[in-house]
Amino acid sequence: MASLAATFGRGAMTNHWKDIKNTDVILVMGANPAENHPCGFKWAVEARDNRGAKLLTIDPRFTRTSAVADRHMQIRPGSDIAVLGGLIRYALENDLHHADYVRAHTNATFVVGEEYDFADGLFSGFDEAASNYDRTAWDYERGPDGYVRRDASLAHPRSVFQLLKRHYDRYTPEVVADIAGCSVEEFLQMAEIICSTGRADRVGTIMYAVGWTMHTVGSQIIRTAAILQLLLGNIGRPGGGINALRGHANVQGATDHAIVAGILPGYLKVPTPPQTSLATHMSESTPRPLVRDTVNYWGNYPKFYVSQMKAWFGEHATRDNDFAYDYLAKQDGDATWLSIWDKAHQGTLEGFVALGFNPLLAGPDVPRLLDAMSKLKWKVVIDPFMLDSAEFWKAPGMNPADIDTEVLYLPSSHWIERDGSFTNSGRWAQWKEKAVDPPIGVRSDTWILSELFWRVKELYQAEGGAWNDPIQHLTWDYLNPREPSMIELAKEINGYDLRTGRLLSSFGELTDDGTTSSGNWIYTGSYTEAGNQMQRRGTDDPGGLGMHHDWAFSWPANRRVLYNRASADAEGRPWDPSRAGIAWNGREWIGDVPDYGRTTPPDAAGAFIMTEEGVARLFSSQQLADGPFSEHYEPVESPSPNALHDNVPINPVIRWYDGVRESLANGDDDYPYACTIYRVVEREHFVTSNVPLLVETMPDFFVELPEGLAEEKGIANGSQVRVWSKRGEVQGTAIVTKRIKPLRVNGKVVWTVGIPVHWGFIGITQGSMANLLTPFIGDANTRCPEFKSFLVNIEPAGSARMET
Amino acid sequence: MDISRRTFIKAAAGGAAVSALGFDLRPAHAAVRQLKIRNATEYRTVCPYCAVGCGTIAYVHGSGGLNTTNTVIHVEGDPDSPINGGTLCPKGASQMQLAVSPRLRHQPLLRRAGAAEWEEVDWDTAMDWFARKFKDARDASFRERDDEGRVVNRADGIAWVGSATVSNEDAYLITKTMRAMGLVYIDHQARI
Amino acid sequence: MADSLTIRRVSASPDAYIPISALRSAGPTYAKLVDIGACIGCKGCEVACKEWNDLGVEPTANFGSYQSHKDLSPKTWLLMRFNEVEVDGNLNWLIKKDACLHCEEPGCLFACPAPGAIVQYTNGIVDFNQENCIGCQYCVTGCPFDIPRFDVHTRKVSKCNMCVDRVEAGLEPACVKTCPTNAISWGSKHDMLALADKKVETLQSRGFQNAAVYNPAGVGGTHMMYVVPHGDRLSDYSLPTDPTASPAPMTALGFLKRVGAYLMGFGVLGVLGHFLRYGPERLDEDGHDEDDHRGPGPASGHGAVPGPGAFSAPDAPAGPGAAPPVA
Repeated sequence: MASLAATFGRGAMTNHWKDIKNTDVILVMGANPAENHPCGFKWAVEARDNRGAKLLTIDPRFTRTSAVADRHMQIRPGSDIAVLGGLIRYALENDLHHADYVRAHTNATFVVGEEYDFADGLFSGFDEAASNYDRTAWDYERGPDGYVRRDASLAHPRSVFQLLKRHYDRYTPEVVADIAGCSVEEFLQMAEIICSTGRADRVGTIMYAVGWTMHTVGSQIIRTAAILQLLLGNIGRPGGGINALRGHANVQGATDHAIVAGILPGYLKVPTPPQTSLATHMSESTPRPLVRDTVNYWGNYPKFYVSQMKAWFGEHATRDNDFAYDYLAKQDGDATWLSIWDKAHQGTLEGFVALGFNPLLAGPDVPRLLDAMSKLKWKVVIDPFMLDSAEFWKAPGMNPADIDTEVLYLPSSHWIERDGSFTNSGRWAQWKEKAVDPPIGVRSDTWILSELFWRVKELYQAEGGAWNDPIQHLTWDYLNPREPSMIELAKEINGYDLRTGRLLSSFGELTDDGTTSSGNWIYTGSYTEAGNQMQRRGTDDPGGLGMHHDWAFSWPANRRVLYNRASADAEGRPWDPSRAGIAWNGREWIGDVPDYGRTTPPDAAGAFIMTEEGVARLFSSQQLADGPFSEHYEPVESPSPNALHDNVPINPVIRWYDGVRESLANGDDDYPYACTIYRVVEREHFVTSNVPLLVETMPDFFVELPEGLAEEKGIANGSQVRVWSKRGEVQGTAIVTKRIKPLRVNGKVVWTVGIPVHWGFIGITQGSMANLLTPFIGDANTRCPEFKSFLVNIEPAGSARMET
Repeated sequence: MDISRRTFIKAAAGGAAVSALGFDLRPAHAAVRQLKIRNATEYRTVCPYCAVGCGTIAYVHGSGGLNTTNTVIHVEGDPDSPINGGTLCPKGASQMQLAVSPRLRHQPLLRRAGAAEWEEVDWDTAMDWFARKFKDARDASFRERDDEGRVVNRADGIAWVGSATVSNEDAYLITKTMRAMGLVYIDHQARI
Repeated sequence: MADSLTIRRVSASPDAYIPISALRSAGPTYAKLVDIGACIGCKGCEVACKEWNDLGVEPTANFGSYQSHKDLSPKTWLLMRFNEVEVDGNLNWLIKKDACLHCEEPGCLFACPAPGAIVQYTNGIVDFNQENCIGCQYCVTGCPFDIPRFDVHTRKVSKCNMCVDRVEAGLEPACVKTCPTNAISWGSKHDMLALADKKVETLQSRGFQNAAVYNPAGVGGTHMMYVVPHGDRLSDYSLPTDPTASPAPMTALGFLKRVGAYLMGFGVLGVLGHFLRYGPERLDEDGHDEDDHRGPGPASGHGAVPGPGAFSAPDAPAGPGAAPPVA
C-alpha cells in the first residue's frame, strides 16, 4: 500500500466492494478475485451483465476469473510494469487521457528540478555504494514564493506531464510484447478497452492484490497502475479507483491499528533515534504545504499523535514529558517481516511470538526459515489450531534432538467466540456478535495478551529490571483488567474529550494540547455518543450507487469513496451526473461524505487533501525508495535479460540479506522455467487444512503446467511431478492445462509453472510447502517478498533428478 | 383433497393410508427432514476468511439458559448485508466446520529444548512461563541509548507477528501493549 | 412463510396420484436457473450442498483437475465439472454445476417400482425417500441425465432433493443462496424462464451467438435449467442434446426384474397383484405444461414466446392416469 499513499495520500482500497457495480471497465491484474474474493467479485460480474462493462484479466495464468472475463491476456510473471507502462504510453500517444481531470487533480502541471533525470535504467541521485537514491535529486522546482512552480500549459519540458510522456515513451507495444510475452495485437486490443475510460462519461476500475505487491518492484507496479488511473481520470469516482483486495478478514484493520513495523495506529510514524524530542518528531512527520491551495490534512499530525499518547499513557503523558515521547521505542533501520527472519537467522533474536499466524509456511525460502527458527531461544504460538510453525521441530528433515528452541503453544478462541469488529478491504468496519463461548479450556486472545501484560508488569514490580515506566504507566482501566471488553477498547480507539468524558464524534475535534484522546484517529467517529457506528445495519441506498452510509462505519468519517472530490470537475460539477460521487450545490457538497471540507468551495483547495501538493502525484517526488516514476526491472530470478537496460536488470535499491545472492539461480540454465505461487478458492492459506469439506473439494498439493511443457518432459496429467528451485523442492500432482501457454519473451520461449500455497505438514491432508521454492528477497519499499516470480525446473517424479 | 406431506403423515399415523390392495403407504411418506436451524438462535457475525467482509448468520443450538453451553450448528450468509447479500464462497459456506472441529486444541502445550514431544501444561504455568521468558528477553536485549547516546528505549530481542485475523480491538491492544513493551519487530500478514 | 408440499406424483403408487385439477391450491412452481456464463467454478454451491444436507465427507485425490470428485456419489449430490475447450481459437474453461435437474416428467420416478420411494411435488421438486427405496436402481437407468447414485453400503439411491426441507420452510436451496456471482437464481418457473431469456440476450450481446436456455422438452422441461453460453456445444458441458423420459416398456425381462425387485424389497407376494393391476406410474401429458418446454439451441432458447397460461402448471387440468405412457 506504500505506493497508494505515495500517489494519493492514503494506503487503502480507494473504493469499496459494491461500488464495482458502477464501472464500465474492470481490469483484473495481479489478482484473481473469482477465487480469492468471490463474493466481492460478484459486483464485477454484476457490472458486466447489468451495465455491459468489459471484464478483463491480465495474468500469467487463465484463472477462474478469466473464465468469466470478456478478454484475457497471458503475460510472464514479473512483467506487469512493462504492460502498465505500455498502457500509459498508449493513453498519452493516442490522446485518450482525461485532460481536464489531469490538469485539475494531478501534479501534471508541477515543474521538477533540473537535477532530476533518468538514464540507462537509473534515476538521478543513485548512490552505488549505498545502493540507494538521494531523493533530493527528485525535488520539485520552487518559485520565488517558496511554493512549487507550476505550468498550467503542461508545455514546460520539466513539467511532470512532459517528463511522464518522455519516461514512458520507451514502452511501445513492441517492447511490451517483448518483455511480457503477449502479442502486440493482444496488447493493443486490451489497451483500447482500458483506455476507453479516459472520458467524463466513462469510468474504469482496477482490481489488484498480492499478485502485484509480492515482487521486488511491487510498490512500483501499483504506482504504474495508479498513474494510469489518474491519467484516465478514474480516481475518486464511483465505479473507478484502484482497488487493493486484501486477503485476510482483518488485514486492513490490523494494518490500520499498526501491527506493522514502522507505523503507529492511524499511519502515524514510529519515532527514530535522530528524532531526539517530540518537537523534532513532529517537525519531520508533519508535511508542509508545497502549494498555497492545499488542505494538507496531514498537517494535523501533532493532534493525532498527542491524542494517541493520551489514550495509551493517560495522565502520564503530559506536556512536561513531551507526551511520553520517550516511552516509545525509537526504531533504527528496517523491522519488517524479512528483517525479523534475518535477525533470527543471525541468531540475535531470542523470542518470537506468533498470534493467529503460521509464519513458517507464509515466509519465503522455508529451509532458511527452519534454520532461523531453530536459532530462537523460545517461541510462542497462539492459535485455535496446531500450526506447522509451532511444530517446526517436527518438520520433515528436522531432528528434534538438535533443536533447543523452547516452544509454547496456547489454544486461543475463534472469531465467532468473541465480539469486535473486522475492517474489510473496502474500509468498512463491521461489528460481529459473539455467537458462542470459547470451548472449555480455551482462552481469548484478549485474555492471553492481558495476562501476559499483567504478569510481566508484576514481575517488574517484584524484581525490577530494564526501564519499564511505559509498562507501569500504560492505561489499563478496563472493568475486567484481565480481559477487557471489545466495547471498552472500541471506545478507547474512538477517543474522548478528556475534559468532559464525552466520546468524540469526529477526528476534527482532536487537539494537540492533551485534552483529547484517540487510540486511532482514523477510527474516530466509529463509536460515538450515538452508539456503536460499526454495528449499524441500515440498508438504505438512496443514490442507488451502493454506498449504504447507514451500514457499518467506513473510515475515514464514514466516507465510502476516497478522494471523492475528484469525482467532480474544477467547479464542483460531477464528471458523470449519473454516477456522482459528490456535487457542489453552491453552499455545500452533497452525496457521499465529502473527502474535502463540507462547505469548502470547489476552487479553494486541491482535491487530494492528504497530499502536501493538494493533488494526486503522477510524479511521486519523495515517497518511494526506487524512483518517482516506475521502471521495469526483472525479478531477481528471471528467465530473461532486461530488454530496456540490461546493465541494470533488477531493482537497484533492494536490500540484500546475508547469503541471499548465493541462493539465487539467475542466469543458471538448470532453472529455466518461470514459476508463480497463488491461492485457490477452496482454501485460504493454511487454516483450511483443518476443514474437511474444503480439503475434500481441493485435496492435494498440485503443480499446474502447460501442455507443451508436459509433453516435452513426459509428464502425464494426474501423475506426480517434482519441481525444484535452487532453494528447495516440492512434489505433487500434475495438472496439465491449456490455461498456461508458452510465451515468446525477447525472442526466447518461456514456460510458466504454477504452484498453490496451501499445504504443509499438518492438516487433514499434507503436502509440499510451496515456499520451499521461493527467494528470500523483498520489495525495495515494503520488503514484501517476491513470491510471485522465480525460477524452477521440473520433471516427472521418480525419474533421475538432475544434480544441481 | 389437499394432500400435503404433513397431512399425509398425519393420516398415515392414524393408520388410514392403506391402498386398495392393503399395501400400507405409511413408509411412502416419511417426514421431510425438519429444518435443522428451526428454533436456533441467530447471531450476526462476519466471515473470518478473506477481506470482502461477508455478513453471516451463525445459528446456535441452546437457549442461552444458565445450564446450557451453546453450540454453533450452521452458518450461512446474511441476506441483509449490502456486501454479499447472503451469498458465501466455499470457505464461507463451510465455516461451521472451522468453528466446530475435532482438530481445535484445548490445552496449552510446552516443548522443552531438544524434546521430541509436547508436554501438557496448565494455563497458569503456561502464562508464567511466557511472562518470564518475555521479561528476561526484554531485559537482556533492552537498549536505553544507542551508540551515539540517543535515547532509544528499545527491546530488540523479541519479535511479535500477527494477526490479520483478530478483531480491530485486539489488534489495537496488541500494538498498544507491544509498543509499550518497547518492541519494534512487529508485523503481520499484510506483507505476505 | 412456509410452503406446504403438495404431492403430485408418487412412484409406483397410482392411487396416490393427485390430480392437480382437484387441488384447492398447489402454490407456486419453482425453478433454479444456472447461468454457466456467470459461474466462476468456486464450488460454493457444492460445499453448501454438502454442509446443509450433512452428506458427509468422502476422501478425494487430485486427479489432474480442479474438479473435486470424478463423479457424483451418494455423498456428493452436486459436482462442479471442469472442461478446457478451445472455441474458435479462444480458450474456454467450461464449468458446469452437475446435479439433479428435477424434470417435469421424471424418468426416475416413472421407472421406480417401490411405492413412495420417489415423490414429485407440485412445486417441481423430485424427492427420493430412502426409507422406501428398495435399491433396485431402476431410477438410475431411468434418468436421462445420469444423476441418481446407488450407495453400496446402505443399498439405497440418493440425489439432490432441491433442499426440500428449506423450500418447505420458505427458504431457497442452499446452493442458490450461497452462489457468489448470481450464477444460480431461484424463483417461480415463470420468472426463471423470463430471467433465462434476459441472460441469453446478455450473453449474445457479449458475443456468445449460440447462447441458449437448456430446459429440454423431452422430459417436460426441468426445474433446474441452464443458460449455456455455447448452446451448440452441449456435449462439452456433459449435457445430453435430447434427453427423454418414458416408462420402461413392459417387456418380459423388465417385468421379471420388477417382480424380483419387489420380492427383494418386501418379500410380499401380494404386491405382485398391485403391480399387475396398475403397472408403473404413468406419464400424464396433461399433467405438465407444453409451453414450459424449451429445447436447447438458439432457436428454442431465445425468443420463444410462451402462450397464455404457459406458466400455470400447478393449475393445469390433469386427467387421472388417462393418457398412454408416451413422452
